[in-house]
Amino acid sequence: MSDGKYFSTTKRGEIHELKEELRSLDRPKKKDAVKKVIAAMTVGKDVSMLFPDVVNCMQTDDLELKKLVYLYLINYAKTQPDLAIMAVNTFVKDSQDPNPLIRALAVRTMGCIRVDKITEYLCDPLQRCLKDDDPYVRKTAAICVAKLYDINPELVEDRGFLDMLREMLSDANPMVVANALAALQEIQELAGSGGKDLLQMTSQTLNKLLAALNECTEWGQVFILDSLAAYDTRDPRDAEKIAERVLPRLQHVNSAVVLSAVKVILRCMDVVALGPGGGEETIKGWSKKMAPPLVTLLASEPEVQYVALRNINLIVQRRPAILANEVKVFFCKYNDPLYVKMEKLEIMIRLASDKNIDQVLLELKEYAQEVDVDFVRKSVRAIGRCAVALEKATERCINVLLELIQTKVSYVVQEAIIVIKDIFRRYPNQYESIIATLCDNLDSLDEPEAKSSMIWIIGEYAERIDNADELLEAFLETFPEETAMVQLQLLTATVKLFLKKPTESAQKMISAVLSCATNETDNPDLRDRAYIYWRLLSTDPEAAKDVVLAEKPVIADDSSTLDPSLLEQLVSRYLATVAAVYHRPPETFVSRQRMAVTRAEELGSRKFEEDDGATPGTMVSDNNAAAAAGAAAAAVGDLLDLSDASPVPVPPAAAVGAAAATRGLDDLLGGLDLGGPTIRSSIPHIHPAAAAADPFAALANSSPAPISLGISPAALSQLPVLLANPGGVSVQGRLVRQGGQAVYQLALRNDTLAPVDGLMIQTNRNSFGLSPASQVLAVSAPGGVIPPGGLAPVRVPLLVDPSKVTPPPLNTGLQVALRTNQVGVLYFNDTVPLSALTEETGTMEAADFLAAWKTLPPEASTRLPLAVPSAEVAKQRLAAANLFVLAHRQVPATSQDAIYATCRITAGGVGQVLLELKFVAGAGGVDVSVKAERQDVAQLVFDGLPAVLLGAA
Amino acid sequence: MAISAIFFLDIKGRIIIFRDYRGDVSPKYAEKFMSKINEMEEAGKLSPVIYDDGVTYLYLQVSNLYLLAVTRTNVNACSTLVFLHRVVDVFRHYFQELEEESLRDNFVIVYELLDEVMDFGYPQFTEAKILAEYIKTDAYKMEATVKPPMAVTNAVSWRMEGIRHKKNEVFLDVVESVNLLVSSTGQVVLSEVVGVLKMRAYLSGMPECKLGLNDKVLFESQGRTSKQKAVELEDIKFHQCVRLARFENDRTISFIPPDGAFDLMTYRISQNIKPLIMVECSVEKPSRSRTEYLVKARSQFKERSQANTVEIMLPLPADAISPTMKCTQGSAAYVPEKSALVWTIKSFPGGKEYSLRCHFGLPSVEAEDEGKGKMPPIKVKFEIPFFTVSGVQVRYLKVIEKSGYQALPWVRYITTSGNYEIRMV
Repeated sequence: MSDGKYFSTTKRGEIHELKEELRSLDRPKKKDAVKKVIAAMTVGKDVSMLFPDVVNCMQTDDLELKKLVYLYLINYAKTQPDLAIMAVNTFVKDSQDPNPLIRALAVRTMGCIRVDKITEYLCDPLQRCLKDDDPYVRKTAAICVAKLYDINPELVEDRGFLDMLREMLSDANPMVVANALAALQEIQELAGSGGKDLLQMTSQTLNKLLAALNECTEWGQVFILDSLAAYDTRDPRDAEKIAERVLPRLQHVNSAVVLSAVKVILRCMDVVALGPGGGEETIKGWSKKMAPPLVTLLASEPEVQYVALRNINLIVQRRPAILANEVKVFFCKYNDPLYVKMEKLEIMIRLASDKNIDQVLLELKEYAQEVDVDFVRKSVRAIGRCAVALEKATERCINVLLELIQTKVSYVVQEAIIVIKDIFRRYPNQYESIIATLCDNLDSLDEPEAKSSMIWIIGEYAERIDNADELLEAFLETFPEETAMVQLQLLTATVKLFLKKPTESAQKMISAVLSCATNETDNPDLRDRAYIYWRLLSTDPEAAKDVVLAEKPVIADDSSTLDPSLLEQLVSRYLATVAAVYHRPPETFVSRQRMAVTRAEELGSRKFEEDDGATPGTMVSDNNAAAAAGAAAAAVGDLLDLSDASPVPVPPAAAVGAAAATRGLDDLLGGLDLGGPTIRSSIPHIHPAAAAADPFAALANSSPAPISLGISPAALSQLPVLLANPGGVSVQGRLVRQGGQAVYQLALRNDTLAPVDGLMIQTNRNSFGLSPASQVLAVSAPGGVIPPGGLAPVRVPLLVDPSKVTPPPLNTGLQVALRTNQVGVLYFNDTVPLSALTEETGTMEAADFLAAWKTLPPEASTRLPLAVPSAEVAKQRLAAANLFVLAHRQVPATSQDAIYATCRITAGGVGQVLLELKFVAGAGGVDVSVKAERQDVAQLVFDGLPAVLLGAA
Repeated sequence: MAISAIFFLDIKGRIIIFRDYRGDVSPKYAEKFMSKINEMEEAGKLSPVIYDDGVTYLYLQVSNLYLLAVTRTNVNACSTLVFLHRVVDVFRHYFQELEEESLRDNFVIVYELLDEVMDFGYPQFTEAKILAEYIKTDAYKMEATVKPPMAVTNAVSWRMEGIRHKKNEVFLDVVESVNLLVSSTGQVVLSEVVGVLKMRAYLSGMPECKLGLNDKVLFESQGRTSKQKAVELEDIKFHQCVRLARFENDRTISFIPPDGAFDLMTYRISQNIKPLIMVECSVEKPSRSRTEYLVKARSQFKERSQANTVEIMLPLPADAISPTMKCTQGSAAYVPEKSALVWTIKSFPGGKEYSLRCHFGLPSVEAEDEGKGKMPPIKVKFEIPFFTVSGVQVRYLKVIEKSGYQALPWVRYITTSGNYEIRMV
């Protein structure tokens, strides 16, 4: 019997008819009706109006019918949250059904219904099912905890589900172990890397996982292996133990198991390398075992092959020894899909060596004569890249290229000329004898890149080409129609020709080109370059020679070579994942959203690049939700739910004012206190009653003494503007460190026509837990009132409140809300300068510094483009910002200054930070390396250091 | 992390059926999928993992369908794609053919299966035979108390308890396929043997099996001298029923087999092999519009063996005119839709050589096109029974079950052509 017929009912009045049928007492008729509803849902029709009728069918013994109703619920519960509650009773009942299949089904489905009201009822059944006798129910319940955490993390923590999950890691059943592990991993990632270590991987849990590895399904094995790769061990013996247990997995038939096992072993290699003797023998042994399974991955389905090849590309870069002798297996088969062939080519180039280059070249030549143009082009480029990489083989490569040029296939010739230009750049004055052959093929050049390559060659070797002027002249005929790339190259080549062979014809050509490039073009690059040449040639031809004919630096093939630290991360942490396929760190593409937020997605689509700075698992798109809420001026609480998002949109003051005015300060600050990552839905979280009872009752009584800012009125107006509000209240200010704490020096200007009073301040949760010691602003003006046109300085000491610390990564953003009786609430955003955080007692002994430098995780480095007058000045400025300089030395040979400094930041749990600063002579720049226990500290330092070094702090 | 949703799309990219596991990637994204892959294809950058607007798409194409997984997280790409292939296997097991019609006709089962194979975006269970025990195609067969089989969560997730067979038998086929690439100058560029041990087990109860091969590593570790020829198996992959840790320890292949047909193990050997059947093709062009092929096919294995159903596919130019051919053995035919000449030889004993001559014309006006690339390679298909290239032998297959029955093992050997290509001049 086919179910296809259910799709065919499209007549009018269908919904009404379905309603009737759903209410029918005839069971087969009822079931048919539900099937019709699901069929309609499948083709995208809205059948949500049938909700009550479908839910009424839920209580049934018919498992198939039950499953269909559940499916309907998952789809439409969100749209009918009030009615969804109707389903709760059946869920609770089903979760106690004697049949484990039904118990599991109930728990699985309940977790998928993302309605707040239901989640509360979910807890008791879930608790029972986590302890169920049947492993099938337990493994389903384990995943359900992760679902619940996504909706309501507090509930999961309050009910102790996390502890129960951890206990499940010792469950007798391997599938339960694997799913509990997957759930814990997910929750860990959601909570952020700085959250508690949920897994608490002890050697005992480790042993359990390794034992379960032998027994669970292939997918369970993948979960376990992926979590082993995330396990951070520094003990070579540990690593050896793990690798020994994981090695047999390489024999698994599932490619995913194999690749994840490879990842774990590669990571173990890194750890073993730190051990005695660099673990050389061990690594060699493992490498030998790893090669055949990696090769076998190439026999899998083409899609899987593609992923394997992208990963092998990384492995080959990181540990070239493993596949050094296997270049042959990467030869392309005629019927391989194009995407597989392209990846194989990349790896062939990487594995090409003096030993195998002849074979590789034969293959590449073969590919260069195939039919697919993209593949042919890439093959020709590959020959060039081999030549650039392998000096001894260059001549052979060139011979192959010349043979290919003889085929006279236009795109092959053009591609060959492009790579020959690169070879000339790499090995100057060695292979110019072939120029004549190239010149025979000028007619077939019609692509800009090939043309400009050829023109470059003619210009560069003008003195060796007898008829260089004629050749260039031929190109010049079409000068005005050429693309910018070719025009620029023609301009330069003509100048070169003129400088090398100042004949009459060359002179004519040059004046023609220069006048054409300056008068008849609207491309500024071309015009400016022409003017520069013109000026140079007319004032000082010798100087022109020095500039135009200067010796060029030697090139190397670094296309698609990755930065070593990214490479390490991709290989030992992210192998097999999407990040390793893209060759990009996950934060550049992960856009995980919280479920409740997805409805706001229409409001802003996000681009690849925008995601920079986000970490896996953080809810980047909170920005969208916030923007949406701001635009609607719906609720202040939502605005402040921004927590750790970096680019905070400043809400339109008017809208905020209006919203705040209706709700009052208590609401606002209540919202502030609640705001932050713990709140996981965009439903307003304002609890006026709770907020009213908030700290304010107590604060109202306190009468803080006015404190002056301790700076002159002139200096006052020099403070950076934080909030400009012409005709309203403006804020200037800066965060500094005074008396061992961070202090906000603020100046408030009242540009309204009435006095302003009742000033209060609050900060949103931030990376350092900075929060005002007192929320009432002690304005140093009579009676705490700022008269119209008045400027009142305020000093706000900030305390570190650990409960206000947001989870990592560190973010220097600080959001402040300022409340007045007259103009409502003002918001502004500030960044916390490094110098406000570094502690006065944060120094350490030089010896300890050295020891710490060795034990801490690898440093992060960057070059800051700063012009610092001298190392001495830098030292003074560092010291002023509590960055204690421990050593200063000259780097041998380079005469660079290197400074070693340290600082300590307790706020936000940053800890001790070790810095190395190298001043790059001449160029003006500082190479900074940072080491700290936490990896996210580096960015904080990189962001904060320029202000310190430039003396702005 | 996990997958957000799985979509089945038709060849034009329209959604046929989908299951949303996490609710963070709306079907809108699947609707954009087709235009995205068209755009990538035009740029020559199409791959099975693509990114657009915060969402990663991982997909396969099966007959007239796209099977698409979407995510916003850094999911395990390898596992996702393997999983999609497994889903295809499961559906084929249920509906024979996986295509648009079979999905629509069985949408209730499709939803049920999608609910079972994955939970919250995490792959759960993809053993079709066991799934069939509790998700049945015919609704009327459903008994009131269907329970999840123990196997779903057990260590032995591939076999049900209480299986009965009247006759306890095991069939084992050792199938070796030869992948070969020969250059136009007759050099062997690439040669490897991929072997599969295909088992069909019809055994009662929970049988413990032990398989012995002439494995060189095993022989060496036991200090056996080479009375028997031993084979070095390069990369062995086992069905999940084989205890990998045990194999790693002492190279014993021990397992409880699934019921019915399955691949017990695969291995690869990349030693240099002499081409079993060598084809040489010399091309002569007496005039601009005439071309002549002289093809020689030589069998290079022992005379007592014999290759069956040998098929040699010779590429011809797409614009070849009226080819005529003559061969000393078998029959040859022109297949215009493949632009090839297919030469079939029913039986080809070892140590023989046959030849074929082919004339064809070409249009006198040469097409002036870009795709003037080389000809595709010559492809050869064959089967040689009772023969393995590697010399692998099954020494024993022991079956022990607590009821103590005697099981009969049957072993066959066969060598076939895999990707067997000889490049044209």
